Amino acid sequence: MLDLRAAAWSSVGKKLITGLTGLGLVVFVTVHLIGNLTIFMGAEAFNAYSDFLASLLHGWFIVLADLGLVGFFGLHAWSGLSVWQSKRRARSSGYAVSADARGPSRKTASSRSMLYSGIFLGIYVVLHVWHLKFGAEYVTTLHGEEVRDLYRLVVEQFNRPAIALAYALSMLFLGLHLRHGVWSMLQSLGMLNRRLLPTAYGAALILGGLLAIGFLVLPLYVLFFVDPVGTAAAMGGLR
Amino acid sequence: MHFTLRIWRQSGPQAAGRLERYEIDDINPDMSILEMLDLLNEQLTRDGVEPVAFDNDCREGICGTCGLVIDGVAHGKKHLATTCELRMRGFVDGTTITIEPWRAQAFSVVKDLVVDRSPFDRIIAAGGYVSANVGSAPDANEILIPKVDADLAMDAAVCIGCAACVAACPNASASLFTAAKIAQFSYLPQGQTERERRVVRMVEQMDAEGFGDCSNHGECEAVCPKGISITNIGVMRREYVRALTGQLR
Ligand code: FES
Repeated sequence: MLDLRAAAWSSVGKKLITGLTGLGLVVFVTVHLIGNLTIFMGAEAFNAYSDFLASLLHGWFIVLADLGLVGFFGLHAWSGLSVWQSKRRARSSGYAVSADARGPSRKTASSRSMLYSGIFLGIYVVLHVWHLKFGAEYVTTLHGEEVRDLYRLVVEQFNRPAIALAYALSMLFLGLHLRHGVWSMLQSLGMLNRRLLPTAYGAALILGGLLAIGFLVLPLYVLFFVDPVGTAAAMGGLR
Repeated sequence: MHFTLRIWRQSGPQAAGRLERYEIDDINPDMSILEMLDLLNEQLTRDGVEPVAFDNDCREGICGTCGLVIDGVAHGKKHLATTCELRMRGFVDGTTITIEPWRAQAFSVVKDLVVDRSPFDRIIAAGGYVSANVGSAPDANEILIPKVDADLAMDAAVCIGCAACVAACPNASASLFTAAKIAQFSYLPQGQTERERRVVRMVEQMDAEGFGDCSNHGECEAVCPKGISITNIGVMRREYVRALTGQLR
């Protein structure tokens, strides 16, 4: 009576896809931030972390993770866009006067701008990957082995104020997207009841805020407190 | 009290509509907004103008027939109230009140403020029923239902089908209505036979009617005169997953 294709295209199916991929992306972003915090520990720790990821499963981990991420981003964007498209069809003529109902409503600037913050983040992610992942391949030695000096690239780039500020500002959009996204994905997956919903709504603000602030602080920290160019690598290491 | 009214006038489904301005005087603060529209219609009839068409029936908040978007909010700014329950004392004397019909592609305007809500009937027909044995009436309390389940079912079953949820949803989604109807049965022993079929078919019908998708804005719950929680939409999604995974067995 129900084939999976039809189910995926249904309005509820799309919410399940948005929710599941959203959950995956939030987990990714959280792990990404925690990993990136190694930058506070200096060149060695950061490069060791990046080398650990790069060599995990003989390099296959990164390939698999990349494929997974492309799939998740793609599905998330597709289902999000189709929700927006359905809305345009379903409310073709609008109200002369419209106002917020308030009360238990969860409609916010964040929920209204999911499409725009999402598109912005999509563009950001492409640029970010191109900028750093496919950026200059500096090499350094770590415990006698040659590894990529990602630290040098990051420090070099974030020492350019325009780039550091662009990154920091982009993270405001991440916060905006996650304020609605985090609780909404749980609701989309049918995981909330009357007791959990307000908790999840509050937790979304905290988690979304923490992630955005965490990522926002990184480029600014490098800009203001870390000296340009892998002085470290170039001069034979920090320690 | 005196009000300036801006009311949506549209002579038929295909006709172009527009907001018309009317002045009305001597409004008793204890009148309902529908009684004010009755007075306006008497005034319009005297002036030889076609009266404003609007839906209403019980005028006590139980039937779900009335429904107007008042100053941009479905059923007006007062929470947990239908349009017919709004008293004029809740409005500021001398102000302008804008009154529009429910707007959704799925609901065509029949005339003025009256919209065709038959898509809701078709959603119900698609699965909002239970199978029952015919014959003599069953004994009361023959089927035992835990208190918690009965309460949850009732919380969903209070839906009067007014469609304010659709009117208020930025996406014109009918998720709260459809979910309430699905959720009420999901808690009860009656209707388990149709459980999986129900959610699949009702969602299918909801989509086919041209309602938008849900974005979890929650405006629906905020305008619902019966305060139906959006957690029922979560129930609908769980039921959908249940039907899907049942399918795989
Ligand atoms: S007329 Fe019955 S609910 Fe308003």
